[in-house]
Formats: sequence, C-alpha cells, structure tokens
Amino acid sequence: MSQIRLRRLNKSYGTGERALHVLKDVELTIEPGELVSIMGSSGSGKSTLLNVLGMLDDYDSGEYWLGDQLIRALPERLAAQYRSRYIGFVFQAFNLLGFKTAQENVALPLYYQGVSRRKRNALALDYLERVGLKARAHHLPSELSGGERQRVAVARALISEPKLLLADEPTGALDTHTSYELMELLEEVNRSGITMVIVTHEPDIAARTRRVIRFKDGQVVPDAAAVHGS
Amino acid sequence: MAAERRRLPWAPARGLARFGLGWLSFAAFEELIATLGRNRLRTLLTGLSVAWGTFMLVLLLGAGKGLENGISWEFRDDAVNSIWLWTGLSSIPFAGRGPNRDIRFMNDDYTALRREIPGIERLSGRYWMWGEFSVKNGDRHSAFDVIGVHPDQRYLEKTLMIEGRYVNARDIAERRKVAVIGSLVKSTLYGREDPVGKNIEIRGLPYRVVGVFQDEGGEAELRRIYVPITTAQLVYNDPNRIHSLGMTIGDADTATSRVIEREAHRLLAERHQVSLEDRRALRTQNNLVHFKKIAAVITWVNGFVWFVSFGTLLAGMVSVSNIMLISVAERTREMGIRKALGATPFRLVGMVLSEAILITSVAGYAGIVAGVALVESAGERLADAPFVRHPSVSLGVALEAMALIVAAGALAGFFPALRAARVSPIVAMREG
Repeated sequence: MSQIRLRRLNKSYGTGERALHVLKDVELTIEPGELVSIMGSSGSGKSTLLNVLGMLDDYDSGEYWLGDQLIRALPERLAAQYRSRYIGFVFQAFNLLGFKTAQENVALPLYYQGVSRRKRNALALDYLERVGLKARAHHLPSELSGGERQRVAVARALISEPKLLLADEPTGALDTHTSYELMELLEEVNRSGITMVIVTHEPDIAARTRRVIRFKDGQVVPDAAAVHGS
Repeated sequence: MAAERRRLPWAPARGLARFGLGWLSFAAFEELIATLGRNRLRTLLTGLSVAWGTFMLVLLLGAGKGLENGISWEFRDDAVNSIWLWTGLSSIPFAGRGPNRDIRFMNDDYTALRREIPGIERLSGRYWMWGEFSVKNGDRHSAFDVIGVHPDQRYLEKTLMIEGRYVNARDIAERRKVAVIGSLVKSTLYGREDPVGKNIEIRGLPYRVVGVFQDEGGEAELRRIYVPITTAQLVYNDPNRIHSLGMTIGDADTATSRVIEREAHRLLAERHQVSLEDRRALRTQNNLVHFKKIAAVITWVNGFVWFVSFGTLLAGMVSVSNIMLISVAERTREMGIRKALGATPFRLVGMVLSEAILITSVAGYAGIVAGVALVESAGERLADAPFVRHPSVSLGVALEAMALIVAAGALAGFFPALRAARVSPIVAMREG
C-alpha cells in the first residue's frame, strides 16, 4: 500500500470570480520509505500541497489517502492527534519555542501525547544525540546557530516516531555547507524507513532526493515525474 | 467516520489525555509554570493589576466598615430606643399666659407619663446637683457630677453594674442616702478598697455606697455618682423638681416611637400650659429616629463603597482581559507551533485559561493579604480617630471578589484563546 495517495485533489482560496485555484486535480502517489522533493516556483502551490499533506490545511474536493486512512474534513481534535502521531514537520523558519531549551523543544510533541516529563526528556536527549547536539541540550534556540536550530527541529519532528516527515524549505535559511550537512542528516533519517517529502526551490537539494516532483500552476508536471536523482 | 476512527494505525492517547483532559494533568501544570516563568514581565504585569484591584477593594471595604463601626460607636452609650425630654423658658404666649415662664418638670409629670402613655418601657427623671463641690472619703476628696435618678436610669444609660446594686424603688420611696459610683470615682477615692457598704461624703452629707458601675460613654460618665432622685430633691430643698426625663420604648418601630414622642409631648405641654409649637419650653429628642437617620447614612455610605469597589473590580477585570488579549495575540505563533506538534484546540484554550486563572488567583490572594494587613495595622493606629473604628474586612466578601476577578480573567482569556486555537497553524507560524 502506498504511503500517500492523492486523487484529483482540488484546493482554492476565496470564492466566486476572485477564487484562486491553487491545487488543480493533483494526482500523486508516494510509496513508503521514499525520499521525494517537490520543486516549483513560488506561487506554484507546492507549499499548499505540503500543508494539505500535513493536515494543516483542508482541501475542497478529491481524495487524500494517508496509508489506508482517508483524510477528509477531520475534526480539529482528530487532526491534531493524527499530526501528533503520524507526521513530523520541519519548517524553513525552524519554529522552535524561544523560551524553551533545545531539549524541551524536542520533548514538546511527547508532552501532547501524555508522556511523562522524565521519559520525554530522556527521549529528547536520545534524539538530540542522534542529530549530534546532545551537548547543546540545555541551550535556548537563540544560543544556537541556524544549522543547529534546524537539527533541533529535525529531532523534534522525529521524536514522535512519525511515518512521514514533511520539510518545507528546510535549508532555506541555511548556507550551502550547512544545507548539505542537514541533507545528510535527512538522508540518514530516510534510510531508517521514514517517508520524507521535502519542498525546496534549490536544484542541488532536490538532486539529492530519489524523486523530484515538479510543480507548476497547481499541477504536477507529468514529464518530470520520474526523474531519479543521484 | 466511526469506521475511520476504528482503523487508527497508532496507539490511543495515554493518561488524562484519553479523556480530553490532558490540560488538567500534573504535566500540564509543569508546562504552565514553565511558560509563566519564561514570560516573567507579562506574568508580573497581569499579576500586579489583579493584586491592585483586590488590594483596593479590601481597603475600600475596610474603610467602609470602619466608618460604620465608628458611627455605631457614637451610639454605644445610650439606649438607641430612647426619647429624652427637657424644659426651658416658654417663648410663645399660650392660653392667656405670657412668655418667659420657667417650665419645670415635677414628680407628677413622671407619674402622669407612667400612667397615661402606653408604650413606655423604662422611665426615669434626672436631677442634676449643680455646682462644684467636694466628694470625700476620709481625707481623699475630689469633684464629681452627682445626679439624682430613678431606678430605670440604669437602662437608659446602659449602665453596667460591676459591684453591688443600682438605685432601687425603696431608695426612692424612703429617700435613702445611698450612692452608686462610677469606676473612676471608686479608683480615685477608694483605690483598691471595696467601696460597697462604705461611707462617701457628698457636699458635707454622708451617703452609703451601694454599687459601682461601668459605662461605655467614656471618662465623663465614669466620674458620675448616682443617688435616688427623691434624696437629691430633698437635699437641695427642691421637692418634686425633675430636670429632665428619659424613656425607652422597647422594640417599637420608628413610626410608633414618633407617636409615643408626640403623645408624651402633648401630655406635658397640656400639663404645663405651653404651646405644642414652643420648642424652647419643651424639647424632645427621639434617639431612635436619630439613629435611623444615621443608619440610613451608613447604608448610603456602604452602597457608595460597594459601588466604588465594584468599579475597582471592573477595572481589574478589564485590565486582566486586556492583558490576556495581548498575551494571546503575541503568542499566535507559539500556538501555531504547538498545534503543528499535536496540541488540540481544546488543550490550547485550556493552557491559556489555566494561565489566566493561576495568575489572577495567586495575585488576587496576594492583594487581599496586603490589603487586610494594611487595614488591620491602620485599625491599630486609628484606634482613637473620630468616626473610624475597627476597620475590618469580611474575608468571605474579599474571596468572593477574588473569585469574580479570576472568573473575569478566565472569561477574558477564553475568547481570544479560542480564536487563536482555531487559527490555522501555517498562518500562525507565518505571522511570527
């Protein structure tokens, strides 16, 4: 069974004549364990697609299957539960809570799953170790470099053991060297079996994924659908 | 939908989270304390406004109570349900008699009142033995007021006997030379000695002390000596003369008290042939009416205090609401992040609400404690101030007020929190 299946998915903002049709009959399948990048110019709808995939946004028509689960007009509480247990997010702007240490930031998803403080802090430390930041556990985000912050964000995305990791321009705020380091980390995460979708506009980043999905005017560009990166 | 839920590929929520009550758990409390600790300034400001509100509230209520106690204190001395009567020179010609007659109460007036006015509970005449003269016990002497009274005077003045007895009916009938002395008279003339049964020399004549009294009216009343009114009349060679009359009227209401006052006045005016309009010849004072007027003022002052207190409380509530609004607005991004990480809207609302409730209750309590401390210490310092006495605050009222502020804080936080919790995480995170 495929990990993600989109069938004639439509999404538009606004209503009437001024409606902006962002996703137009999107058809997409992503298999479990795939490392996929979505490329496209700004305004192509790639971020919206990612938000729909992450259940951060709803869609108008069509079908979105996550595993064997149809994701459609979920109540907020249920969406939150799915997000919490199924999907990890990495954002361009890191989105760490500034008043919490690296360890507390990483532990936060487990807090919402009802894991005890001691247990989640211990797990957070494990995950920080996996991204090479155990020594920085008690630092605030403002005391970390951009690359370090993004690695904390990755650890936070992984701690709830998601099946799917969604990254929105994860290297957008990083220099080339740090970007490559982060990609190595993401590749390593992917090798552990987590399906990964990365939205990016940088060709060198996209080139490191196994499949590049080109997005234009709210649709997947068909002839680019099977490009395999090195 | 149910079928979809059944096929959730992951484990169910643990602990309280299973019942949607994750925000009530100890973990939520830990999270709450951590969040508040990291937003010290905002926490402090919110707390200050709440503490100030409850502090002012306690001060106001304390001041109001102090005023009420102070005014009641002014009435502590004499019976509240009393009516007093005096005479003077007539000023209006009446029934062919000219003005400037010296109107005087006589013993007959006393008996007439007793006989003809229903509703009188206690009645006493008073005869003031005017002039400075010495009162002696052996070689100790001093000057005191000496007043001839009927036995009922005791109830009119709310005199408290601490030793022996008061003037009684046999004293009156037999014109006994007995005296009831105030506690200050006792300490001046007898020191630690027991004066009851001893002699006291008033204006050269020996009396036997039969009792010692205490009175809340202050020093002046404790420096008094009461003797039977008939004895006083005899000694002054002024038989039958009564300087003033006082009566109590039981538990009659204000209207009845006015009727009794009018009837007594009419009876005495008739007996002495003076006009009912002639307030110089015959004066009355109705303490009950007086008291009710003051009580109305107290009620009014209390109403005002409550009005201002309510205003203060309202200001505190608005201030809390305001800060909660700002707090939620500036945390939209945080809400978005938390939501993306699996927080349900319900938990976000719970988080904001418990923050509001914790801040307002802790700060509100602190304000109450500070206010009560100030009111109590002011109470000690203002012990002798006029019109303010024992300012105090009912703790129950203060706590109710606090509950109101806490509820207001929660209510104020609720709607912005709900809005913030509903906002899409992407939008919320973009705003940061």
